Amino acid sequence: MLRKGFITIGDYFIFLNKVFSKPAKWSIFLKKWVFEMDAMGIGSMLIVSIVSVAMGSVITLQTALQIESSWIPSWTVGFTARTSIVMELCPTIISLLLVGNIGSRITAEIGSMRVTEQIDALEIMGINPASHLVLPKVFASIIVNPILCVFSIAFALLGGYLTVWITDCVSTYNYIDGLTYCFRVYDVIYAMTKTTIFAFVMSTVASFYGYKIDGGALELGKASTQGIIVSSFIILILNVVITNIML
Amino acid sequence: MIEVCSVSKYFGEKQILHNINTQFEEGKVNLIIGRSGSGKTVLMKCLVGLHSPEEGKVLYSGREFHNMPDIDKQKLRTEMGMVFQGAALFDSMTIGENVAFPLDMFTQMSDGEKNDRVDFCLECVDLQNVNSLYPAELSGGMKKRAAIARALACNPKYLFFDEPNSGLDPKTSLLIDELITKITHDFNTTTIVNTHDMNSIITIGETISFIYQGFLEWTGNSHTILSSDNHNLNDFIFAQPLVQRIKK
Ligand SMILES: Nc1ncnc2c1ncn2[C@@H]1O[C@H](COP(=O)(O)OP(=O)(O)OP(=O)(O)O)[C@@H](O)[C@H]1O
Ligand SMILES: [Mg+2]
Repeated sequence: MLRKGFITIGDYFIFLNKVFSKPAKWSIFLKKWVFEMDAMGIGSMLIVSIVSVAMGSVITLQTALQIESSWIPSWTVGFTARTSIVMELCPTIISLLLVGNIGSRITAEIGSMRVTEQIDALEIMGINPASHLVLPKVFASIIVNPILCVFSIAFALLGGYLTVWITDCVSTYNYIDGLTYCFRVYDVIYAMTKTTIFAFVMSTVASFYGYKIDGGALELGKASTQGIIVSSFIILILNVVITNIML
Repeated sequence: MIEVCSVSKYFGEKQILHNINTQFEEGKVNLIIGRSGSGKTVLMKCLVGLHSPEEGKVLYSGREFHNMPDIDKQKLRTEMGMVFQGAALFDSMTIGENVAFPLDMFTQMSDGEKNDRVDFCLECVDLQNVNSLYPAELSGGMKKRAAIARALACNPKYLFFDEPNSGLDPKTSLLIDELITKITHDFNTTTIVNTHDMNSIITIGETISFIYQGFLEWTGNSHTILSSDNHNLNDFIFAQPLVQRIKK
């Protein structure tokens, strides 16, 4: 079991080495890159915005309920909600959401190419299939995921604002005041760094699990699930590590 | 010319190929024949490097393939074309894009030249008006032919066909056989065909290697095959009643 784990880790790094080699033709790489960004970005927009609005609203409500005391200033609600949204919820939760959304799509796509020998066909043509298929996806996700994260933050804050406005737990003026109170650019840099690293993990692990499928279509579903579990796990661990390093 | 020297291949404990020695000649149609599961596909994949054999070597014009640096391997591969048993067309591209793909990757052709080349290759396999269709919209036989067109696109020196006419009707099958022979002679390619189609064996086999349960049992050509005294080979070729009757 342990031995198998180490072999898989080794295979993953060998795979990465194959992925990160110069594309055979830049024009084709660019075309695929743009295509992937489009597919990933547009495809995930709706789910990301819905989840973010809901998340922002719940966080704001929760915070407002916890801090119902007259000697804590009411801008604290906005401030606390903002901090948790920007620093933790959006980077991590949205990354995990995208693992299920984009990651599983990547595994299924590459895995089905493997099962139907399309990857072998690429190899025979003298193309490095790992680089040709995976590199555009990796580069697309490390651009798209942070953008989606920014959108998610905006939608979450909006969700919080709407909640405050509807329930009137604190005044909207105080909420906005809290949102803008003591704003640090470093928080955003921290969030973007996390999202970018998570995006890299998501796209490479998902591709790896699709690429190494050996067998029929049955393996495809298994690989998809495995890819999601493993990348989520790595993301959660890295989250702790990065938080320790950066904060 | 491709030489196969003492190639053995294992999957886990199971030995699939046993010490295969044979050669495939330039400008000729070389057949690998044998029953289903005998190891034809595995042998072909060893030739092109999709499997690496545990023992033995494969020489392309005297150069050992499996020990080559990756760069040289990729270069040699641009001279190969292969048609897979299941066609292996790229799902996400139209047929036209599929055929143009190797041209996109390896040539500096203009779009016009590319289109001409694509049309020419599709015409070779008797496919018209399919350029803008996706592989999922084609029948099995049409996919096979499109895959052949894609393999031809870059004027390969080595052509590999894994059962090119399985799933085709007799007429189309004949057409593909003729096409394979014509390309091989016109462009002097080293062509290797996996087949168990008796008709192809008799009509296009210029050299024939017979594989039986992973062993190379017999080599010869389409003239000598009917008079061979190898028991397993006779079992294989005279399995069908029609051929039995012809023999009598
Ligand atoms: N990837 C693999 N892993 C394990 N065993 C395999 C693998 N590929 C093929 N085999 C085994 O190798 C043997 C030969 O298979 P192969 O596909 O070469 O047969 P074939 O001669 O091409 O048959 P067919 O005419 O049906 O295509 C089979 O017994 C098969 O079970
Ligand atoms: Mg086969």
